[in-house]
Formats: sequence, C-alpha cells, structure tokens
Amino acid sequence: MTNKEVVLEAKGITKRFPGVLANDKVDFDLHKGEIHALLGENGAGKSTLMNVLYGLYKADAGEVRVEGKIMELHSPKDAIKHGIGMVHQHFMLIPVFTVTENIMLGAETDHRAASNENPLVKLDRREVAQKVRDLSHQYGLDVDPEAIVGDLPVGIQQRVEIVKALYRKANILILDEPTAVLTPQEAEDLFRIMHELTAQGVSIIFITHKLKEVLKVADRITVMRSGRVVGTTTPQESTEQSLAEMMVGREVILTVQKGPAKPAETVLTVVDLHVKDMRGLHAVRGVSFEVRAGEVVGIAGVQGNGQTELAEALTGLRHIESGRFFLAGKDLTGKPPRVITEAGLANIPEDRQRHGLVLSYSVADNMMLCDYYQPRFSKGVIIQQNLVDANAARLIKEYDVRTPSAFVATGKLSGGNQQKVIVARELSRPVKLVVASQPTRGLDVGSIEYIHKEIIAMRDRGVAVLLISAELDEIMSLSDRIVVMYRGQIVAEVDRKDATREQLGLWMAGVHETA
Amino acid sequence: MDLRRFGFILLIIIVLFGLVVFIGQVKSPPIVIITSMMATTIAVATPLTLGALAGVFCERAGVVNIGIEGMMLSSAFFGWLSAIYMFHVFGFPVGVSIWTGVLFAILSGMLMGLLLAVLSITYKVDQIIGGTVINILAVGLTGFLNRQLFFGRGSVFGGNVPNSPGVLPTLHVPVTEIFSPLCHSAECLQVVTSINKVFDQKPVAISAILLVFIAHYILFYTRWGLRARAVGEHPKAADTVGINVFKMRYASVIIGGGLAGLAGAYFTIESVPSFEPLLTNGRGFISLAAMIFGNWTPIGAWTAALVFGASQALNINMQLFRDVIPPQLAILQQSYVVGLIPYILTMIILTGIIGRTTPPAADGVPYEK
Repeated sequence: MTNKEVVLEAKGITKRFPGVLANDKVDFDLHKGEIHALLGENGAGKSTLMNVLYGLYKADAGEVRVEGKIMELHSPKDAIKHGIGMVHQHFMLIPVFTVTENIMLGAETDHRAASNENPLVKLDRREVAQKVRDLSHQYGLDVDPEAIVGDLPVGIQQRVEIVKALYRKANILILDEPTAVLTPQEAEDLFRIMHELTAQGVSIIFITHKLKEVLKVADRITVMRSGRVVGTTTPQESTEQSLAEMMVGREVILTVQKGPAKPAETVLTVVDLHVKDMRGLHAVRGVSFEVRAGEVVGIAGVQGNGQTELAEALTGLRHIESGRFFLAGKDLTGKPPRVITEAGLANIPEDRQRHGLVLSYSVADNMMLCDYYQPRFSKGVIIQQNLVDANAARLIKEYDVRTPSAFVATGKLSGGNQQKVIVARELSRPVKLVVASQPTRGLDVGSIEYIHKEIIAMRDRGVAVLLISAELDEIMSLSDRIVVMYRGQIVAEVDRKDATREQLGLWMAGVHETA
Repeated sequence: MDLRRFGFILLIIIVLFGLVVFIGQVKSPPIVIITSMMATTIAVATPLTLGALAGVFCERAGVVNIGIEGMMLSSAFFGWLSAIYMFHVFGFPVGVSIWTGVLFAILSGMLMGLLLAVLSITYKVDQIIGGTVINILAVGLTGFLNRQLFFGRGSVFGGNVPNSPGVLPTLHVPVTEIFSPLCHSAECLQVVTSINKVFDQKPVAISAILLVFIAHYILFYTRWGLRARAVGEHPKAADTVGINVFKMRYASVIIGGGLAGLAGAYFTIESVPSFEPLLTNGRGFISLAAMIFGNWTPIGAWTAALVFGASQALNINMQLFRDVIPPQLAILQQSYVVGLIPYILTMIILTGIIGRTTPPAADGVPYEK
C-alpha cells in the first residue's frame, strides 16, 4: 500500500515563540498514500508544525517541499493551492450554513472551468451540491449537501470537513486530533474512511496522543517531544509502552494500578433527577443512582448527553427541576454550592479554566477558594496571609505542582499544573464525595498518570468518587461500576468486570441489545 | 422571517390603518385615506429602512453598530451643508447642488463607518463604546459646526442660515395616465389617482426599497455575501479558507455607513430643506429595533420599518383628522399620545412579543488572529 514517493517534506523547521522554542529543527516526511501518525504530548510542538505546514505560522528556519518543490507558505490559501487540507480539532464550520455553503466558502467558483474574481458573482449552490454528492460517493462519506451543519452529529460534521478539503483538491490531509470528539463507533467509521482515502492516493497526517489508535491505523509513526522529533517508527516495531516512553521521555505506567474496591456505606443517592440545560431543554431526564464510599462510579457517554448538567446540578451550580439527591443521608437538593461543599463534596469541574480557577489569581489564592472564610485561613473577616502561604507551600509540595512560586497567576501554568492546583485544593479537604468531570481532558500522559493515581488513592481512603468522562479508556481503567448516559437518561449500569468496550460503545451511541 | 412575524406585522398595520379610516371616514373616502396612509408609510419608513440595512450589513459581518443614529445625524448635516455651499458659495445650479449634497451625505456616512471600523476592528475597542463615541461625536460636531458656520464670529453667512437649494423632486409614475382611459366613472378615476399617490415617491425612498432587494440578493446569493456572513458567524473558519476577515469587516461597516448616510440625506435633502440639531430624534435606534425584529435580514427589517412608518403615518393623519375624532377616542386628540405610538411599539416588539431572534454568532466579537 505504501510506496516510497515522498509528497511532502519538511526539513529543519524551527519556530520560536517568545520564551519557547516550539519547533527545533524538525524533519518530517509523508509518503504518497500513507497514514503517518504524529504523536506527542500537549506542547510537544505537533500543532506548531502543522500550522507551519498549513501556512498559519511562518517558520523561522527550514523549508517545506511539496512533491519535491520548495513551497513558500504565507497563508492557508497557499497551502490549499498546493493540495494541503486540514481538519482542525475544533471544526472550522459555520453552524447556520448548509453543508454546501460551508464547502464552497472561500472557493465559490472553483467548480467552474474559469475562475471568476468578481465579488458579486452568483453562487451556484446546485452545481456545488452535485459535486459534493459525487465526492461523498467516491470516498464513501455519505454527506447530505442540503443539511444545515449545526443539525448534524459531530461525526458527520467531521466528514463535511474532509469533503471540504477534498473539494479543494487536497491530496494531503492533516487530521488534528480527529477522534477526540467521536464515539468509538464513529472513530471506527473515520478509520474506514481514512483507509478509503489512502487507497485512492490521498496521504494523511494523523495527529493524536491516543496510542491505541496509532498502532491500529498508522503506517508510520513519528513521535515528538518538547519541540523535537524523537524518532520515527512503525506499528510493527512498537508497543503502547514503547511509544509512551518516547513521548514522555521516561517510563510510564499506562494501566492504573489498583486493588479491588471495598465499597462501604452509600454516600451519594440521586433520585429521579430532572435538570434543564442552558437553552431550557431537558438535559437530565429522570436519573437515579448511588455511589458508595470506597468505590469509583464512572459515568460514560458521548459529550452533550446530560453529564455536564448532572455534575452542575450535584454541585449546586444548576437549578434542579425535580427529584432529589442526598449526600451522606443529608438532602442537599437546591442547596447553594457552599452548603454542598461544606457537606463534603469535592468538585473537579469540566472546564477548569472557567469554573475551577480564577486564572488571574495566584496559585496560593486559588488553593483556598473553597474555604477561605473558615478559621483555617481567616480570623473573622481578615484573611491570615501566613496561613494561606503555608497551605500553598504544603500543597505545592504534596501535589507536585510545577510552578515558579505560589504567587504566580494560575493562568500562567500549563494545563496539567492548573489541574493539579484544583486537585490539590479539592482533595486536601476532608471530603466524602469527589465529583470529577473530564479530569484529564487535554492533559499529557504524565499528568494523566498522576491524576488517575490521586483518584484511586481517594477511593482507597474510603471516599466515594463519581467520575464523568467521555474517554472510554479512562472510564474503563478507573471505575468499579459504570453507568452509561444517553440523551439525559441512564441506559445501562454494569459492574466493571462485566463491561466490554464494544458494548459500552453501543450503549453510548443509544443502541440497545437487540436480543 | 417566518410567517408568524409577517402575520404580526400585517395585523399591526391593519389596526393602524383601520383606526385612521374609522376616524377619517366622515371627511374622506376609505380608498383615499388608505392610499395616502400607504404613501406616507413608505416615505417616513425610508430612514428606518436604510438605517436597518446599515445595521444588517455591519452586524452580519460581526460588528455591532449602535452608532447608526450618529451616522445619520452627521450625514444629514454634512449633506445639507455641502448642498448649501455648492449653491450659495460656488454658485452651482439647484439640481447639481442637491445631488452633490446626497453624495456628500453618503460619503460622510462612510467616513463615520470607517471610524467605527478602525475603532472596533483594528483597535478592538468595545463595539458598544465605539458606537457611542460616534453618537456623541455626531451630536457635538453637528451642533458645534451648525453654530459656528452660520452664527460664529466671521462666519461665511454672517449670522443668517441661508436657504437650502431645496429638496429632491418627487418622481411621477404614470399610473393615472395609463389606467384612467379604462375608467368610466368618477369613483374609478378617484381610485386610480389615489393609487398613483402610493407610487409617487422621492428618489431616496425609492432607492431604499430597491436597496432592500439588492442587499438581500448580495447577502444571500453572491460570493461576497456568503463571505461577509461567514465572517460574522465564525471568523476563524473564514480565515482558514483564505478569507481576509479584516477586509470583509471593513468593507461591510463602510457600506453600512454609506447606507446610514443615505438615510441622513433623507432628512435634510429629501424631506425638508433644513437642519436642526438632534433632528434624527432616535430613528437610528428604531432602525436597530427594526433590524432585530427582522432577524438580521433585509426584507424582514424593511417590513418592520414599515410598521414604524405606519405608526408615524397614523400620527400625521391624526393631526389632519383632529376635529373629527369621536369623543370616546378623545385621548387621540393629544398629539403627544399618538406621537408616542412608534416608541411604544418599539418597546412592545423588542420585549419579545415576536419571539426569539438569533443574531450572527460572532456579532460584537473582535477577531483575534
């Protein structure tokens, strides 16, 4: 399948940002018809390299060759002209436009024989729609050109992005973390499409940090770490373990080490909870479950199936329409967050930057946000700075927060360290229940390892843990029991040892046993 | 623009027209009242229509424009001023002077648009502040220049405000000439001549209606429109397909300014040949209401502008029929009561009787590359 014709070659790419060397003499090449995975942690320089290839950044040094010829890339326009297409992690689609309109945007007259520069040229929606239909048949993409993009599921939106690139005659596709937003089944579909594309001569750069996927679909794998290429290998020559070590630069424990759970008394009881989302639609529709001390209950589900609203309701941030919930026997329905926090709830919120931290506050201040008013930190209304500093110093050490000092604005830290600040604050208090929403989203392998260890440590100390995650791997490796949410309802509940990825994936997609 | 909204608009217009017909029937036949109401509605809706179009262009591309009021006011002044200068100082004939006035009104609107664009697109000033700057600047500048140029020490006109060369002529559409030979009765002739009044409008009013449809075509059927809307919905997406977000936004805001400028010309060159401070009297803001009511579409905004136009037509007709207002409706004899109607309608409409509208997603958000 892979032959040796090089379609894209980057040599000695160096890109410097103030204070950071994002790419340091990076070499990369792509063969015709191959899937070349680019693997690396956050901040390893993958995105910088791709943005250079796509013309969004200008490299300080180095050259890019497309089919042997040196290319000057000043803007995405140049990249598009040379047949490079990119599917961004956050889709670059306009939700209120139709599929056709999104695809023709910026290339409105490309389907005609002669290009037309007149800004008032009439749009040929019908002709372009036909072209979209043809492309979608050719590569097995199944996209309806008349649909409004905002109405389409995420997996289909991604296909629209792919058609958009193909419509611009891309023969080199850059897929940036394409599986981050997909269900396991949608990811399978994507891999099928990727193989269909390469079979027809398209070359793909597949950016990811998921090791399993790389081993499954890539022809070659290049690993990056702190701005440099560590090496290039193939799936045949590598294992998850070896790739993880290349990424992190040290030995990594990929599987969470944990003993059997020793569930004790019930800590959290949720009874027939109904919650509306921001638009006033019913997001959580009659959810009931229990979490016991000393166990991790994982809530699996594709994002947007009510998990966010459930977590917000339990932490007192969202109005509960009906139903009740109890923490250690105490009815906390409709109570304000402070009462819930004092009752023993630790909250690791989904959006750490918006709901977990005050980014402009120092690390020390963020570490006392939950109980600054208590004697731990305050005498009456006066905050005792020495107590705050001592607390920060202790937590920074204990939770291994990498920060220049306790007085740095938290926004300046890396994502992993920001999350550690939250974890330190929440888990250092005497709590009975931890609600952790997407606790490792966007973090690198090292930080994930650390946070997983902390969660299991809490469990072993007899704390109840409610884990909400869209990452099936995370749910599988941490949970003792798994609950699947689909469209605001619990569609399945299984013991960890009876759960399989395939079955969970089907439940997450709303498919029930047909037996 | 959905059916519900059209129905709502139709209902209000029928109620307003019906009220005038009911009161005025003792003086004039209904057909005369209705056609004259229609003619007035179209004429007085002109600045609102153009102002709303200005808003549609700016906001579709992602720039909130609350400075339409100020853009109208300053172009009303500068259009009028340049017509006077052309006529009295440079001695050009009336027609040339008036049309130069229109041109300068549009240009000064575009200049104000450019100012808003520089503030909000290049310097990323909060767009509400940017628009407020324009509104305040326009009030100050026109008031100051109005005083200084005509009454100031050593002013060109030595303390007298000279007569403006006049207003734009009404364009006659020969409805009567064509259809009157078909008539065999006096009633028929009256109907035809009454209907003719609806079509006899002035140039800015006619161009406003044409511009509604031109704007609709441009925004929804051309490459430029697709790109402008993309920039207002998701500028980053537009950027990644090679569209220059800044250029598109600049162009849209300046076009919007030009449309607001034409609205300014309506006040001092088409409607009356004079200027007084603050003469736009909130119409820029009512335009914004019309734009929102019309869900950021040209045709929707126009129909909303017609509602406000109709309520002003009611206001005017109430004064004509003041002496025949029946005693149980005596409250309508108070001119301030009917004068309030357009503003009350704005409030009712904006407080959501018409349901939810959706602004462009990136409306008011500066683009950071």
